[in-house]
Amino acid sequence: MATGTTMTSNTASNMAGDTLLKVEHLSMKFGGLMAINDFSFEARRGDITALIGPNGAGKTTVFNCITGFYKPTMGMITMRQKNGEEHLLERLPDFDITKKAKVARTFQNIRLFSGLTVLENLLVAQHNVLMKASGFTILGLLGLPAYRTAAADAIEKARYWLEKADLIDRADDPAGDLSYGAQRRLEIARAMCTGPELLCLDEPAAGLNPKESLTLNALLRGIRDEGTSLLLIEHDMSVVMEISDHVVVLEYGQKISDGTPDHVKNDPKVIAAYLGVEDDEVEEIEEKLDKGVIEEGTV
Amino acid sequence: MEYFIQQLVNGLTLGSIYGLVAIGYTMVYGIIGMINFAHGDIFMLGGFAALIIFLILTSFFVGIPVALLLLVMLIVGMLMTGLWNWTIERIAYRPLRGSFRLAPLITAIGMSIALSNFIQVTQGPRNKPIPQLVTDVYHIGALTISLKQILIVVITAILLAAFWFIVHKTPLGRAQRATEQDRKMAALLGVDVDRTISITFIMGAALAAVAGAMYLMYYGVASFNDGFIPGVKAFTAAVLGGIGSLPGAVLGGLLIGLIESLWSAYFSIAYKDVATFGILAFVLIFKPTGILGRPEVEKV
Repeated sequence: MATGTTMTSNTASNMAGDTLLKVEHLSMKFGGLMAINDFSFEARRGDITALIGPNGAGKTTVFNCITGFYKPTMGMITMRQKNGEEHLLERLPDFDITKKAKVARTFQNIRLFSGLTVLENLLVAQHNVLMKASGFTILGLLGLPAYRTAAADAIEKARYWLEKADLIDRADDPAGDLSYGAQRRLEIARAMCTGPELLCLDEPAAGLNPKESLTLNALLRGIRDEGTSLLLIEHDMSVVMEISDHVVVLEYGQKISDGTPDHVKNDPKVIAAYLGVEDDEVEEIEEKLDKGVIEEGTV
Repeated sequence: MEYFIQQLVNGLTLGSIYGLVAIGYTMVYGIIGMINFAHGDIFMLGGFAALIIFLILTSFFVGIPVALLLLVMLIVGMLMTGLWNWTIERIAYRPLRGSFRLAPLITAIGMSIALSNFIQVTQGPRNKPIPQLVTDVYHIGALTISLKQILIVVITAILLAAFWFIVHKTPLGRAQRATEQDRKMAALLGVDVDRTISITFIMGAALAAVAGAMYLMYYGVASFNDGFIPGVKAFTAAVLGGIGSLPGAVLGGLLIGLIESLWSAYFSIAYKDVATFGILAFVLIFKPTGILGRPEVEKV
């Protein structure tokens, strides 16, 4: 019932200048299909923002637009960095999204370099720093001290994330030999080695057992506390409700709700979207909620 | 026995040259999955670059020491040929990346014809001889080893070591291997994939240029159609060793060189190419991925 007010107050606080990622009027058309239709949202710095919605709502498409996989049909995606630099993500070539705009992502289906070792996977992510320090390889071949320090730093950073991800004893194994859960953690560690300000995770908890899921939550919170903001797509509502600060709900390519987890949980439109009811039934549910027939927070 | 060892030495020399060219095929295939049929002509171009530098140096700096001459020939040749291959990749292959699979292959064949015709028109169709640069010959028993052969094998070994170091120990090599496995993901981690591919072409061309210069030094002539038969043999070497595998390319090159010289020595010189390609066919029947090629693992 408080839908209207909460949304406006959120929007107001987003305007306060703490916005990290701003997606405005994003539309993506595949042939005749409007996968995303005039979708706008903001992610604040230091938050874990979750993007949820039923299957086929367009969550991954939004991700693909943000990370340069797709060029959106319409709309503007602005990334504002700590140092005040602004980048329009839809205009950057894909490698610059990581290099300049400092946005990293992981995939729903794991995309590690399975033939490279775990450590090498993390070093590839620090390619630009190392390339620069090695004078585009030429100086590096001569073994200049500046390059050696950079190389040592890179390994140190990799070690840090390997410890965080609990993979330190697997550093020299081929990445393809790790178990599924370990590969997921490695993917996150690799993304973190690019030094991102925004980390986009596409269903990080998919296929994990409850124990692995808990480890993951701790890892994600640790990442947020170190100053990297997160944007995640997740199906597992328990994960979303537990760790996110801000939830955006997408259905049929349009935003249907936006706010705190508690707010979203009780939004009749969201309940309807997840239960799969007709539009006219939404009003019924709203009424029932008001009357207290449905307990708040049961969905 | 001496005769056999003599043939081994000859085969090794020839094999080194094939191996260097084969690396160019296998690297480009590894990174963008395309057979660069113009690579044989890049090798020929490398020979001509060496020839031209040789002529310039010997006419402007009379009495230049042979070692310095060779060094300048190799280094300038590598740079020139690298620039050629960079340009070819930029104008002929990159615009077609992401097009259907056969498009770059057809362009590569076109590029190969264009290059050899370009050299034929600008340099003339006749064989270009150069004087023997290195004439020292060592006799060990009945065995004759020329300094030329030693130089070829040693230079190849040094280049391979440097090359191995770049691919396995430097950020550039890591980026190349990552690009090879998943180009899009490498880009998302901040690797400039286009530049990495360009550098791969330059590196392949630099090795081919050295091979071209050594071929010129070994046989003493350069011709516009040198790119074809040695090019095809180097390609065969890459396939025999397992295309996409760097040690495979070197091994394949050495094997082809050995097969060729041993077959010529003991059987018939006229049928040496038949023997080479026959063995290739034989290996591919039993091991379709080549000797060191990774078998395709089908994920279930």
